[in-house]
Amino acid sequence: MTSLPKVPTPKRLGLVIDLDTCVGCHACAVSCKEWNTAGYHAPLPDTDPYGKDVDGVWLNRVHGFETGLDSKTGGDGEKAGRTVYFPRSCLHCEDAPCVTVCPTGASYKRTEDGIVLVDEDICIGCKLCSWACPYGAREFDTDGGVMKKCTLCIDRIYNDNLEPEDRQPACVNACPARARHFGDFNDPESAVSKLTVERGGVELMPELGLKPTNRYLPPRQPAATGAVGRLDDAPTSGGFLDWIDRVLSR
Amino acid sequence: MHPAYSVIFLTTATGAGYGLLALLGLLRALDRLPHDPAFGLLALGLSLALITAGLLISTAHLGRPERSWRAFGQWRSSWLSREGVLAVATYIPALLFALGWLVLQRHDGAWVQVGWLAAVMALATVYATAMIYRSLAAIPRWHHPLVAPGYLILALATGAVWLNAVLTPFTDSHELVKAICFAALAGGWLVKISYWRAIDNAQGESSAASAIGLGEVPGFDQVRPLDPPHVQDNYLLKEMGYTVARKHADKLRRLTHLLAFLAPLVLIIIQTASSGIVGLAAAALAAVCVSFGVIIERWLFFAEAQHKVMLYYGADRV
Repeated sequence: MTSLPKVPTPKRLGLVIDLDTCVGCHACAVSCKEWNTAGYHAPLPDTDPYGKDVDGVWLNRVHGFETGLDSKTGGDGEKAGRTVYFPRSCLHCEDAPCVTVCPTGASYKRTEDGIVLVDEDICIGCKLCSWACPYGAREFDTDGGVMKKCTLCIDRIYNDNLEPEDRQPACVNACPARARHFGDFNDPESAVSKLTVERGGVELMPELGLKPTNRYLPPRQPAATGAVGRLDDAPTSGGFLDWIDRVLSR
Repeated sequence: MHPAYSVIFLTTATGAGYGLLALLGLLRALDRLPHDPAFGLLALGLSLALITAGLLISTAHLGRPERSWRAFGQWRSSWLSREGVLAVATYIPALLFALGWLVLQRHDGAWVQVGWLAAVMALATVYATAMIYRSLAAIPRWHHPLVAPGYLILALATGAVWLNAVLTPFTDSHELVKAICFAALAGGWLVKISYWRAIDNAQGESSAASAIGLGEVPGFDQVRPLDPPHVQDNYLLKEMGYTVARKHADKLRRLTHLLAFLAPLVLIIIQTASSGIVGLAAAALAAVCVSFGVIIERWLFFAEAQHKVMLYYGADRV
């Protein structure tokens, strides 16, 4: 059924992505591609991979942005510009428009944990779900004629054959900066819930009201300049440093 | 949005076909059409051919056309599914209507009154087609209150101009059909002018900052793209990243004004003032003009639509 679950799902599984610590290394994207091209959505095909027109299905894409352009917190009238790397994948929205537009029931939201999936066996490849998603979370597989999307690594997180610490999405496991966290947003004690509260986790395009599950942690505000001690103001307290200061000041 | 020819053909051909079917059902139920089965065969045949061709070609847009029967399942939530169900269901009153007119040659009673049902279901199908686009909040130029009225009135306008052309050899006086042509063309023109004015002046609700969640974060609410995630076009850019240069769009809009609205209106006036072969030629040319005009209009409807995902790829506001 492509109607959304009638009652709130008991679990709301999703990701917290820290825009402060993400270094834009693309390890999450590559790891996602590696796992999923052999997993639930196998294969994630590439067309002309070594040719001139490289294309292929990726479920996670890392964009780099420049921000802080008009910041007033930079001090001395300077702008506190900084780079923000932004990994983009499915947000597993509560009011997922990609689910309700599906004419076949292939696109659905699981009632138990809120994960949005595509059943490739009944997808007709009309692409309407990818049009309905403002976040560009879905990519069409031109080889298979069906739509592909993030599964939150459903074949990892419930996989008893994996070690317990590996039962999380491939992107989370791969992140060297620990910028990605996986958990249940319905559990106030989970790491994702706590991080969201502590760091003011934000939704993407909140103006659309789609209630995305995933949260992004905004960059931390830069420390005010001048808080760090300055070398030319060494105290005249006598002793070795005072002697150095006097020698260098001659 | 990428203007896919299969979808442009689907919406314009079925629009004209359902518009024509609706007018045939309505006017015959009101006994305002000639009973001649030759006219019935030509008009209904044209209508059902346009509808059927449009529906068949639309499956070319699918990745797995052999599974298209599955699209009838989710009519509770999906406008695409509703369109499919209504399109198939409309064949029932349409074929009963054709049976009564062409085979049994009954010109009264239930065989004629079923025209009402065919008309209502034909227009409902066009409405469902429009709502597929109207319901997508990710594409603000489609998520607009004038989209559904535009689809309905352009379906009626193309159907009416074709009806006028098909009717001309069979009767001299059909002022009612001409009046419907004028009303639908003028109404469609008004809706398109209002729509274009509205989308040109619309300020996008989402920004690049809100797309990455920083729209309300002090100090970081201004963002601009730096490193793209990939250096060649992917599915998203090919499907949603289509843009048409402003100067080309303006030219195509002028061509739409001319072909879809002005030329058919003038040609039908010429037809009214003349007779014989000139009148017939004017009526036929009007039908050809309005069809090409609406195809260009539909191409623009896709090509000018901006998708919010482009905020991640350099768009400022969508």
